[in-house]
Amino acid sequence: MAPAVTLRAAVALLGQFPVLAGVDLDVEEGSVVGVLGPNGAGKTSLLQLLAGLLALRSGSGSVMGCDLMGDRRDLRQRVGLLGHSPALYPELSAAENLRFGLRAMRRPVTDAADALERVGLTGRLSAAPARTLSAGQSRRMGLAWLLARRPALWLLDEPHAGLDIGGRDLCDEVIEQAAAGGATVVFASHDPERAAKVSNQVVQLAGGAVASSFEGQRPSHVA
Amino acid sequence: MWRDAVLVCGKDLRIELRTRVLLWQVVPFGVLTLVLFALALGPSTTELQRGAPGLLWLALLFASVLATTRSASIETPDGTRSSIRLLGLDAGGVFLGKAAALAAQLLVIAAVLELGLLVFFHVNAARLGIATPLELCAIAALAAVGTLYGAVVAGTDVAGTLLPLLVLPALAPVLIAGEKGTAAVLAGGGPGRWAIVLLVMAVAYLAVGTLLYGSLEEPT
Repeated sequence: MAPAVTLRAAVALLGQFPVLAGVDLDVEEGSVVGVLGPNGAGKTSLLQLLAGLLALRSGSGSVMGCDLMGDRRDLRQRVGLLGHSPALYPELSAAENLRFGLRAMRRPVTDAADALERVGLTGRLSAAPARTLSAGQSRRMGLAWLLARRPALWLLDEPHAGLDIGGRDLCDEVIEQAAAGGATVVFASHDPERAAKVSNQVVQLAGGAVASSFEGQRPSHVA
Repeated sequence: MWRDAVLVCGKDLRIELRTRVLLWQVVPFGVLTLVLFALALGPSTTELQRGAPGLLWLALLFASVLATTRSASIETPDGTRSSIRLLGLDAGGVFLGKAAALAAQLLVIAAVLELGLLVFFHVNAARLGIATPLELCAIAALAAVGTLYGAVVAGTDVAGTLLPLLVLPALAPVLIAGEKGTAAVLAGGGPGRWAIVLLVMAVAYLAVGTLLYGSLEEPT
């Protein structure tokens, strides 16, 4: 398997503060990697770095063949990020939000309906303004966007947060489906058991660096 | 770039149509400003007509600051600004789309303010119509500057207060040229060189914004 992510002594700053302080990480294509760590450990910053949204200050890094020290615009189009904040226009409906994104990416807008149905946002929920959706429904909407977008690298920041039990299982299914389709998934979590269950590899972050790494329960041959 | 501009412009206008911030907040603010100016000048028609050009542009400038702040707030720093970057949209297209949506809103404001000028300041409607080219150029400049500075302050904790401080000095030349041109038109002349000055400003601001917007949105 080719490496999807390679980081060596990666340092990233927010202002003057080193949110990532020498991260070493290897992620194989098609694998699922869970990132654990306490608040402030650097999980969100790591995902933003991998998405090309945070600049690499020192060290080296390559994501999906793109050098993080170079132009990251090509990388961003191959990455899907589900962040803490829902990337939604609250006045537009879930369907309109999805259609805007798909048009921007020059994808068929018909994919929006299928994705929304997959996450259970149909009928009134898909047509209502996004601001009226609950936190869990907004999370489902974020998953729908990734399903419609079909990125090569999925970056999920605590994707289970705010979801009910059915939603968490759905999230695991979506991750499994993405990996089975050849995508690479990196997700941050505060749930070690769920992370281990879904992942091939679990990485523990502390103080902006990788403290430990171990194999998850997801069989590698599935990838 | 143009396709992305149309897409972003349509999205921003659709959001405005849903929220109606322009209709219920910005336009009433502009009209209120104009009425207060009229009250301050008193009932003399001569005084009102003499002050009309400058007060029209001041009211438009103040209202445009509100519209600009609203336009900038559509993209939230942690949410849609990041997602826009991940969509691979052309930065120049995003700038032009947002500026076009803002310009469309400023056109509505300008039209309502002109009506106010006819009602409260008793200016000649036909002469005011001749000033339309001036206004179109000025609105393009206002929208370009507003969109550009909106990106500059986006993500800061003080965006709402910082934006007027940055935008108003940058728009002072537009205010001066607009006032001079409108005064000349209402006095019986043509838009002439002031229209050209405003056109040059609009083109320059739009060109600078198209070139710089990407680097303003790019994290360092």
